[in-house]
Amino acid sequence: MPRKILTGNHTVAEAVKLARVQVIAAYPITPQTTIVEKLAEMVEHGEIEAKMIRVESEHSALAAVYGAAAGGARAFTATSSHGLLYMHEVVWWAAASRLPLVMAVVTRAIGPPWNIHVSHEDIMDQRDTGWIISMAEDNQEVLDLVLQAFRISEDERVYLPAMVGLDGFLLSHTAMPVDVPEQEVVDSWLPPRLPRPYVIEPGSGVIMGNIPPDEAFYRMRHSMQRAMYNAKRVIEEVDEEYYKMTGRRYGGLVEFYRCDDAKYVVVLMGTWAGNAKEAADRLRERGIPVGVARIRYVRPFPRERLREKLLGMKGVMVFDRSVSMGRGGPLHAEVVEALEAKPSIMGVVAGVGGVDVGVRDFEKLVEDFVKKVEEEGRVYVNDYWYGV
Amino acid sequence: MVRIQDLPRKNFLMPGNAACPGCPETMGLRYVGMALGENAVLVIPASCSSVIQGIYPRSGIGMPILNIVFAAAAAAASGLKAALEIRGLKDAQVVAWAGDGGTGDIGFQALSGAAERNEDIIYICVDNEAYMNTGIQRSSLTPYGAWTTTTWTGKKEHKKDVPLTLIAHRVPYVATASVGFPTDFIDKLRKASKIRGFKYIHLHAPCPVGWRFDPAKTAEVAKLAVQTGLWILYEYENGKFRISPLSRPYRDKSKRKPLVEYIRLQGRFRHLKKSDIAVLEKYVDEMWEFYTKLEEIYK
Ligand SMILES: Cc1ncc(C[n+]2csc(CCOP(=O)(O)OP(=O)(O)O)c2C)c(N)n1
Ligand code: SF4
Ligand SMILES: [Mg+2]
Repeated sequence: MPRKILTGNHTVAEAVKLARVQVIAAYPITPQTTIVEKLAEMVEHGEIEAKMIRVESEHSALAAVYGAAAGGARAFTATSSHGLLYMHEVVWWAAASRLPLVMAVVTRAIGPPWNIHVSHEDIMDQRDTGWIISMAEDNQEVLDLVLQAFRISEDERVYLPAMVGLDGFLLSHTAMPVDVPEQEVVDSWLPPRLPRPYVIEPGSGVIMGNIPPDEAFYRMRHSMQRAMYNAKRVIEEVDEEYYKMTGRRYGGLVEFYRCDDAKYVVVLMGTWAGNAKEAADRLRERGIPVGVARIRYVRPFPRERLREKLLGMKGVMVFDRSVSMGRGGPLHAEVVEALEAKPSIMGVVAGVGGVDVGVRDFEKLVEDFVKKVEEEGRVYVNDYWYGV
Repeated sequence: MVRIQDLPRKNFLMPGNAACPGCPETMGLRYVGMALGENAVLVIPASCSSVIQGIYPRSGIGMPILNIVFAAAAAAASGLKAALEIRGLKDAQVVAWAGDGGTGDIGFQALSGAAERNEDIIYICVDNEAYMNTGIQRSSLTPYGAWTTTTWTGKKEHKKDVPLTLIAHRVPYVATASVGFPTDFIDKLRKASKIRGFKYIHLHAPCPVGWRFDPAKTAEVAKLAVQTGLWILYEYENGKFRISPLSRPYRDKSKRKPLVEYIRLQGRFRHLKKSDIAVLEKYVDEMWEFYTKLEEIYK
């Protein structure tokens, strides 16, 4: 398997090429821009046999790839931040149409004030839309998640579009070694898209989206929820299949790092999980049994997996890179619910707007939390804003 | 010009669809079916036509339809066309079918984008001169003086000339048409279907509900719009502009019927004062002056 040195954004482009995407539409926005640039270059140089629609906005970008998916093509788009919010109504529309589609989301803060740095507020804003939402830790995983996203989205048990999140600049503009599978290997695992679940084409007789009775609408929503639950199984299956093909496996919906003998666990998603893992290693050297549960899929949410592993923990710390104003960190809220607040739980809001959170920060925060739990017994903190 | 008796018998619009009596959008859809037949695939943004289709899982329209959000008809049609092309379905005619609001207001950006990219689609604006689906609110294509539920005392601005903006995009084909002249519309559709690149047809579509006239008179009102010279039928094709034969006589002002004949039939103009009518009459003269010049320029 050839190893290349790639930025996260160029990794996305490599994956799109390997997936033999047929229609691409995207609109520039920092830090996503180098994806659309690279794909345009690949298309113009004939490295990839896709039609590129150079749209005038993100709203049109998603509408165009949605139209392409409805026409039976494998389609892809990418965006960030304001671009993602600008396409929001189409995000819902695409999911409820039950069409396979993949979008890379290079996570970034939302203004004002203008800020192009990493934050999870854009991708976390999409939780209710019906898209499968995953988050990568490094560029290798970016490649793997994008390829897997097509497979999962096109699975007949799922038929939902999928977002792959990668952190702005931390991954998008940082070069790392990436093992890129051979085209033939990917081809054998990811065959061309079938014209399913339906296609809008002459003679198909299909009408997508006309007004239903309210009860039918309600049932459609229920079937989306069932598809999301199916996706949990499909994601784990695909993780295994992918392992057989590439030797890489991540644990499906959530990666548990040194959790088996842990008493305390840090829950979070995205690139900074690397720092959290290193902090856990260091704390373990000092005899504090810490693990990391890295959420790989926000939707479907790994509720059961978290319960299996974390219900018996003494303390759980959830780090959010975004805030649901008036409530706290959204991941925190979901973890509290999944664990019925049985362990001590502390929510930390940090890293929002690109603020750096390093290994030492994690180390100190976890150590303080452990001390507090050991002293006080049960601890619940809703949203501690680190460094404010 | 195609003759009525030569048109296909197959009706692409089923009885029992959800349109109001005298609906111009159903007339237009029927003509689209007649002109393009089995090759047509529709992309429809929020509009009366989203409702006219009828209730899922049935449909009152015999063509495949991709419904799409209000602002995105041209973009979704671009993507759909790309997919069908890649899949080898070269004969498929992807038709965006949008209202005046979905075209000239909220969908204008996507339309302009698709036109500039010269997407190989047919875009039809079915222009009933207001947001009818939401209950007769003004659009930028509502004419001067017209009552709507957001212009209770009459609109103060003139109608936006959307087809002219498409000519400014230098697309291969722009035409105006009217539901009052089906064969002219069908001819234009068939011509458009043979041209590669972006085709825009602006279909004037008097709406009895929003314009407040007798639903038996949709065709009559539509014809009067042309015969009074208010609505000019034309084609712009590969850089050449031509006033259509049906409108050509009205270059001569004396051949036009008096504008009041058109205005009188419509409740939306009931409150118009003489001075308001004069404003509209002047608008008609100016349009003719402009388009006659344009015909000379784009000979
Ligand atoms: C983003 C958005 N804003 C508003 C609406 C509500 N809406 C639906 S149709 C419509 C008006 C449609 O007017 P037009 O395009 O002229 O079509 P018509 O109903 O007249 O056929 C409006 C305002 C919507 N569906 N989506
Ligand atoms: S309001 Fe007018 S355009 Fe809409 S369905 Fe009724 S008649 Fe047709
Ligand atoms: Mg309208």
